[in-house]
Amino acid sequence: MRPLLYNNSLDTLFMVWWATFYAVVAGVPLGLLLILTDRGGLLQNVVVNKVVGAIVNIGRSFPFLILMVVLIPFTRFLVSTSIGPSGAVVPLAIAAIPFFARLVEAAVREVDHGLVEAVQSMGGGTWTVVFKVLLPQALPALVAAVTTTVITLIGYSAIAGAVGGGGLGNLAYTYGFQQYETRLMVVTVVLLILLVTLVQLLGDLVVKRLAGRGSRSSASVRVGLRRPRTAGAPQAGQAPVTATEEPATALTKTP
Amino acid sequence: MITTTGLTKVYRSRGREVTALDGVDLHVREGEVYGVVGQSGAGKSTLIRCVNLLERPSSGTVTVNGRDLTALAGRGPRANAALREARSRIGMVFQHFNLLSSRTVQANIELPLEILGVSGKERERKALELLDLVGLADKAKAYPAQLSGGQKQRVGIARALAGDPKVLLSDESTSALDPETTRSILQLLRDLNQQLGLTVLLITHEMDVVKTICDSAALMKGGRVVESGTVSELLATPGSELAAELFPVGGEPSGADRTVVDVTFHGEAATQPVISQLSRTYNIDISILGAAMDTVAGKQIGRMRIELPGRFEENVVPIGFLREQGLQVDVADVAYPAPADAALLKEGVK
Repeated sequence: MRPLLYNNSLDTLFMVWWATFYAVVAGVPLGLLLILTDRGGLLQNVVVNKVVGAIVNIGRSFPFLILMVVLIPFTRFLVSTSIGPSGAVVPLAIAAIPFFARLVEAAVREVDHGLVEAVQSMGGGTWTVVFKVLLPQALPALVAAVTTTVITLIGYSAIAGAVGGGGLGNLAYTYGFQQYETRLMVVTVVLLILLVTLVQLLGDLVVKRLAGRGSRSSASVRVGLRRPRTAGAPQAGQAPVTATEEPATALTKTP
Repeated sequence: MITTTGLTKVYRSRGREVTALDGVDLHVREGEVYGVVGQSGAGKSTLIRCVNLLERPSSGTVTVNGRDLTALAGRGPRANAALREARSRIGMVFQHFNLLSSRTVQANIELPLEILGVSGKERERKALELLDLVGLADKAKAYPAQLSGGQKQRVGIARALAGDPKVLLSDESTSALDPETTRSILQLLRDLNQQLGLTVLLITHEMDVVKTICDSAALMKGGRVVESGTVSELLATPGSELAAELFPVGGEPSGADRTVVDVTFHGEAATQPVISQLSRTYNIDISILGAAMDTVAGKQIGRMRIELPGRFEENVVPIGFLREQGLQVDVADVAYPAPADAALLKEGVK
């Protein structure tokens, strides 16, 4: 049972990793294209925007199971098999690209337009705006989008597994469901829960680090400012004990 | 330094047309601080954004430092290399600072230098030099989130100066700041104007800003410039709305037998104790009803409303004296409530 779990876990990681890789590689440019060609965008082009938007919407409306079946010839053409982890990567990536592109679009849309104008006023062109403003400023949101995509892909990979894609989904289905090995099924599900939790925690940690640039040390600065104020203006008749306690509560409250 | 001729901007949306600028002619001379004031919606913001073509004017021309930007930009909607190069020599400061939160203060100031293709070492040297200039030498490694509003604007100004511009555009740069910080930022702009010979075009809705640092001003209403000129020219213009807003004077006569005159100091004559000279020379008592005066570089500028005893006919000579001193004197159109009316009022109360 051990090697079975181990191998299938690796298969799941393989599928999710490559599908995420292709989703990011294709989704970021696609999301940027959606933003830049939109009305009022830097490369405003209504036709391109409508066409790309329609393709993305079609890609997103396919139920994953149907998409897998539809893509079988395409998958065979690309990786010369439609089953196993390699065969599953193709439909997983195709499903994830439009999903991630929309998340990129939403993340980049949140970037303050004033920043774009500031860079334009310095003489920056469209690419400067994209690489120096839009992507760096949207980075925390983009990392959150990758986290969401990875977790969605873990779910999809289980569906892919059930129809011959391999991985933990396949294990749970063939051994757990079809052969009544309840214990194995429970272990598999627990493994998936752990995987999802781990990805979410990791993603949140990175987002926090990125978004909190400067704000943590600013909290200590604020505390530092508060301390002399309470010490410099002690109220008449106040016990010295409370005067020393106040900065301590400020310290714990501020973060 | 900055000249716009017949600048017009019409926005079209869903068949409706909104005229934001309606033939604006502006002339900003080299080395001066020029303020454009007006209420929101008057078109000031569109105007300043048309100067570096962040907003493309519908018609008219913009010339900055002898280069016709409108011709440079061509017809396409996107900024070509020539326009981008020209923009990099025009600094711009914003109301909401527009600093990148993902970059440190130093990296924010280096951004325009990166765009100009300056090498890493040189960028760092320049950024630290600029930080020193705006008084934030110790904040190079801080992030914008750790700074106060005034400090953020100082970073914004340092960033705007990175490309060694001859012209600085300020889009409501003090409107998000408290009065004290506003003063310190205006002082910084004034210093930069004098030290670097920087020409500053600023837009604001605060008269105080104009009063504090501007050499010239223009008033915008409904997309047009309705008044413009140097502050002393505006003061000399009878009925100037800007002058009245900049130097408001009020006050009513204390009795029927008085002459009330408005004395305007154009800032051309050197500071002299004119009022006490007048009082001593003609042995008359003068009371000051209202005054809005400033002394800039030893020159007095502003308005004062004074009251002289006796009717106008009796005061022709003292008024002549004031005019001889190079002051503009206008008899104020205010009347003491007639005694008859006062008596009527009393009866009405009974």
